[in-house]
Amino acid sequence: MSHPHTIIGGLLNIVLGLAFALAMAALLTWVERRLLGFLQDRYGPNRAGPFGILQAVADGIKLLFKQDWIPPFADPGVFVLAPAISMVTVMLALAVIPATPVIGIIGNLNVGLLYFLAMGGLGVYSVVLAGWASNNKFSLLGGVRAAAQMVSYEVFMGLALVGVVMLAGSFNLTDIVHSQRHLWYVVPQFVGFIIFFLGGIAETHRLPFDLPEGESELGAGFHTEYSGMKFGMFFIGEYIGIMLVSAMTTVLFLGGWYGPILPPFLWFGIKTGLLIAFFILLRAALPRPRYDQLMSFGWKLLLPLTLLNILVTGALMLAGPAPS
Amino acid sequence: MTTFLVDGKAYTAKPDENLLQACLGAGLDLPYFCWHPALGSVGACRQCAVKQYANEADKTGQLVMACMTPIAEGARYSLADPEASSFRASVIEWLMVNHPHDCPVCEEGGECHLQDMTMMTGHAYRRYRFTKRTHRNQDLGPFIKHEMNRCIACYRCVRFYGDYAGGRDLDVFAAHDHVYFGRHADGTLESEFSGNLVEVCPTGVFTDKPFSARYARKWDMRGAPSICSHCGLGCNTTANERAGELRRIVNRYNGEVNGYFLCDRGRFGYGFVNAPDRIRTPLARGADGRQAPISRDDAIARFSALLRAGGRAVGIGSPRASLESNYALRALVGAENFFPGVGAGEDRLLRLVAEILGCGAVHVPSLREVERADAALVLGSDLPDAAPRAALALRQAVRGAGFAHAATVKIPQWQDAAVRTFAGGVRSPLFIATPTATRLDDVAQATLRAAPADIARLGFAIAAVIDPAAPAVANLSDNLVAHARVCAAALLAAERPLIVSGVETGDENVIRAAANIAAALRARGKSVSLMLNVPECNSLGLALMADGQAGFEAALGEPAALVIVLENDLYRRAARPAIEAALGSAHLVVLDHSEGPTSHRAELVLPAASFAESGGTLVSSEGRAQRFYQPIFAENDISEAWRWLRDAGRAADRTTCEGWSTEDDIVAALAGALPRFAAIPRAAPSEEFRITGRRIASEPHRFSGRTAMNAVRNVRELKPPVSADSPFSATMEGFHGKVPPALVPFFWAPSWNSVQSVNKFQAEIGGALEGGDPGVRLLEARAEAALPYYTGVPETFARREGMWFAVVLPRVFGDDEQSARAKPIRERMAPPALVLNGEDATLMGAVSGEVLECEIDGGRQSLALEIHPELPRGMAGIAGLSAKAHALPAWIRITKAERGAA
Amino acid sequence: MLSSVRTLWYTFLHLFHRNVTVSYPEEMPYLAPRTRGRIVLTRDPDGEERCVSCYLCAVACPVDCISLQKTEEDGRWYPEFFSINFSRCIFCGFCEEACPTYAIQLTPDFEMSEYDRQNLVYEKEDLLISGTGKYPDYNFYRVAGLAIPGKDKGEAEHERKPIDTRSLMP
Repeated sequence: MSHPHTIIGGLLNIVLGLAFALAMAALLTWVERRLLGFLQDRYGPNRAGPFGILQAVADGIKLLFKQDWIPPFADPGVFVLAPAISMVTVMLALAVIPATPVIGIIGNLNVGLLYFLAMGGLGVYSVVLAGWASNNKFSLLGGVRAAAQMVSYEVFMGLALVGVVMLAGSFNLTDIVHSQRHLWYVVPQFVGFIIFFLGGIAETHRLPFDLPEGESELGAGFHTEYSGMKFGMFFIGEYIGIMLVSAMTTVLFLGGWYGPILPPFLWFGIKTGLLIAFFILLRAALPRPRYDQLMSFGWKLLLPLTLLNILVTGALMLAGPAPS
Repeated sequence: MTTFLVDGKAYTAKPDENLLQACLGAGLDLPYFCWHPALGSVGACRQCAVKQYANEADKTGQLVMACMTPIAEGARYSLADPEASSFRASVIEWLMVNHPHDCPVCEEGGECHLQDMTMMTGHAYRRYRFTKRTHRNQDLGPFIKHEMNRCIACYRCVRFYGDYAGGRDLDVFAAHDHVYFGRHADGTLESEFSGNLVEVCPTGVFTDKPFSARYARKWDMRGAPSICSHCGLGCNTTANERAGELRRIVNRYNGEVNGYFLCDRGRFGYGFVNAPDRIRTPLARGADGRQAPISRDDAIARFSALLRAGGRAVGIGSPRASLESNYALRALVGAENFFPGVGAGEDRLLRLVAEILGCGAVHVPSLREVERADAALVLGSDLPDAAPRAALALRQAVRGAGFAHAATVKIPQWQDAAVRTFAGGVRSPLFIATPTATRLDDVAQATLRAAPADIARLGFAIAAVIDPAAPAVANLSDNLVAHARVCAAALLAAERPLIVSGVETGDENVIRAAANIAAALRARGKSVSLMLNVPECNSLGLALMADGQAGFEAALGEPAALVIVLENDLYRRAARPAIEAALGSAHLVVLDHSEGPTSHRAELVLPAASFAESGGTLVSSEGRAQRFYQPIFAENDISEAWRWLRDAGRAADRTTCEGWSTEDDIVAALAGALPRFAAIPRAAPSEEFRITGRRIASEPHRFSGRTAMNAVRNVRELKPPVSADSPFSATMEGFHGKVPPALVPFFWAPSWNSVQSVNKFQAEIGGALEGGDPGVRLLEARAEAALPYYTGVPETFARREGMWFAVVLPRVFGDDEQSARAKPIRERMAPPALVLNGEDATLMGAVSGEVLECEIDGGRQSLALEIHPELPRGMAGIAGLSAKAHALPAWIRITKAERGAA
Repeated sequence: MLSSVRTLWYTFLHLFHRNVTVSYPEEMPYLAPRTRGRIVLTRDPDGEERCVSCYLCAVACPVDCISLQKTEEDGRWYPEFFSINFSRCIFCGFCEEACPTYAIQLTPDFEMSEYDRQNLVYEKEDLLISGTGKYPDYNFYRVAGLAIPGKDKGEAEHERKPIDTRSLMP
């Protein structure tokens, strides 16, 4: 628990933290493509630099040097704003993640969890506004899908966390980790874990829940009209989002930095990394559901399950001794 | 209307049709070969077999040939019947037994009736394993390629060439599968309609030779509705373009005008468009006295400077330029300074023609109506040479009596062989009075060979016999009296008599006499038609526009500061010294498409568009205003003459051409300014015409090579041009399907790739196009209009000692200035000749082929002597010297060339 | 649901499979003779150009990247020019299927990158090879009915001698 006490120290913390996040997002694009490659019996990008690790740099350069193009039929202001929202909201959300008791930007925020959900909710705007501002029917369809999908899954995501909050008795993420010192919440809150993770996938509109951009039916959906660095911002936003959801799952359900022998930071990294790898495995393995399947899965299965989870958790807490 | 049933569905047709016609008219796909809507049925190929059922109970039926079956009310037929369709498939299989494996190297491929019919019957695989019969080909001259192996023996070629068009040098030889269609020996096909064999032949036996030299498949060419610009008849053509080059001219069906056929001058005379002597950039005479290319802007600047300089600016219009360009020039220089660009003699004739036809007292027939005339008199015009398509129509008119005769024993008109056999020599009366023999004489009831003055006297005499109120002819010879009586009787006996004359004799009295006959017949209550032939594609339009203004020679008498010549070679129109004197001090600006003596003399030459690079309106000798469209989008400075004139006028601050941005604007201005042309905006839809919001595609949907044809020059694909004046797109993008008949860029229908697809565009097979035949008639007869009799009967032609009265003898190839620049036409042009009567020649001691000298137009001409026994004594015919035609008719001296002279 | 989990497991196992990718260009892949690559124009067994300029390849081309012009010499049809814009070509092979003379053929060569698109426009000189390609024996003019130098009327396969129209014999 070390709050930086000077403004410079605070700024340094923010800059370093965000720079690390951005670097990891860039690296993640390469990791994902390599891993997808191996999962599909091919190599993935292996030409730029050792193991192709500079591919991310090359892509970044390419995106930066592309023409900054705004279609004449688009709403220029909103068109530019949308990708910025996408990146900013996930980066803001990242600020509350406590990687270890000492590493994190504002890991000790007392309403950290609510803040995370709030930022996730704001993220919807980026997609909706991008779809609307593109003034293109595919984009608009993507935006509408995104709005419905993200609003719905946010509900289950929030409700799934109620169990954790009840057990931990706090919205402070650092406190939640501390309360898992003996038992990771994945055990008592297994249903909540599953639902939160699914909700996280839907929130980041990753495969198999990538209906807003459904390549085969909407031709990239909300970002059809985007190119260059504006597209790059959506891209980075998505990858930071993956990291965010993985880190959050680690914090909430997998005991955060707790683990034997290895230093806490590594434990946190390993757990988050494995979850990211699972994200990628999902992309490699599962087909995209139909839109109505996605919605009915959410409202007809996940919602009752989360409510049941809260009821059972509450009932057990009332019946048994309150956790210390 | 007769109702009949095909496969249980009811259709209607006219009662005098045969079943094949009725089925095609109903939009059904029934294969055929030997039948042709203009040629009738002979039942030779057995391809159009269908099932006919006796009544509703009859389930067996019998196979009949549709083309030989008259439709009957309530009759039942089946096309889909398995027996009938397998019969048709096996007929194709027999026909294909000897057909060579030639399609890739056949000019007909892709627009082949045989290919279409083979696909239609479903014959896809050759089972025949034995040897094929082969033939040797003939060299049929510069127009037609012969590849006899491909023949399926449908007999259409000889039926068209011999029976329909009166040609004698194409026939069928040998028997059974040895039959051979060709000439008795190699040699040029003589008929001026030989080009139609290309379209009549259902396969690739007769193909277009000039087109083959710059060949492209039908699907690869942009098409544009065009109007033939090589004589006054205004035949409708389709001009095909690829890669900026005019590839060919094909017939464009117009039920009222040319129907299915064109003459060879029209079909093969387009070569001047691609010729190297085209003017492609503006040229200005520099300080060194040479013409050098300048930019478009400089040209406009120089032109407008000349216009600003003041002084009298004279505009000389052209009978081969569009109404739009002529009107633009007229507007630029003012009506009083605008003169028709024709010689003094021709001008008098054309003004007379415009006066007679324009007064509205007589009906001017379309060519379709010419075909329906039941008695005809040709006064002075050698139609087969001057206006071949009209001669072909007259040739059909004489069959009327034969049709009527056959109808008495209930032989329908389409029963071609039966009608011809039964009718034998029964013909409607046709009388021809010309200076010498014509190729139409073989179907004439009587012919008269006489000097123009005597022809005119005969005409006046006929009028006087028909209506005693007409001026009488004194001292008429017994021969002419007899002729006049016979003609008058035949014309009076007819229901639809037709009088044909024209400018060919160069004698106004002949035209006046023709007008008198028409007036006399009208006075006797006959519905008479009067056709007056004019020489060039817009002669009548120019004459109507000039409205009594005399020819340009009159204008040049007074000095002018600036002379603007529109698409014209003045040296063909008047004597050289007169032109030189008149142009001596004036600045000369020439707008033309090809180089010539006038353009060489000009101070400023502007590249005007030919018919292939511009749109425009032409008025045919029928008084039909027809619009043509551009197949070529010129990449250089070539543009419509009216655009040059407009731009120069604007630069010179003339307000007369304000607001002209498209052709439609000029057309509207012209229609508003001259009441005679009020109808021309209706000739075709305007530039704004769209179907479902789209322009009409001018290229077939399967146009190929878009991304490659310009790649050699620039791999980046340029934006296609956009037509400013027409509703056509320049590419295959746009509307495909039923379009207004004036806007059909090419005839094509699904599974009908050949020209026979025109069936799908007609309201009635062989009749009008769906939506009405294109063009708008400017000269309609009015009951109240009167045509007073012309008086002034000329004296009998009297020979003069030592002099000959020389007249022009028209020739189909070479007389027209534009087509004479085309290579295949040049190959058919005979050297100029002097024609004399045999006795005159003997008296002179000259023999055929000998070179004689005569004085024409102030210069000596050496011409080879040709002897025509029919030419009246004391007359001389000058043939093939159209550049000097302005000096004729005239009395000339003929001398024998001095032997040994240098 | 269970099937999704099973799919995840099977996909996961693929991490441990051998990759099938061939590391071109260090390792050259095997290309079957019918691989559709660079287009060539072949010659018939007599060494003459096979292309008869029938325009069927051009019309079959879905991207319209073939352009040619027919010319004729002694009865044989030739392309006066024949250009293929390879910057548009999609190597679909329709032109080869459409060709009635086996003239146009696709070869297993795809290494034809250029820095300048203009260099991807191939002319007849670039396309014409000296051999017969995949069809060593076919000679269109031996089958067709046209007379060419060295093959008169009636001398093609399955042809009888030309008819003498003046003969009365059946």
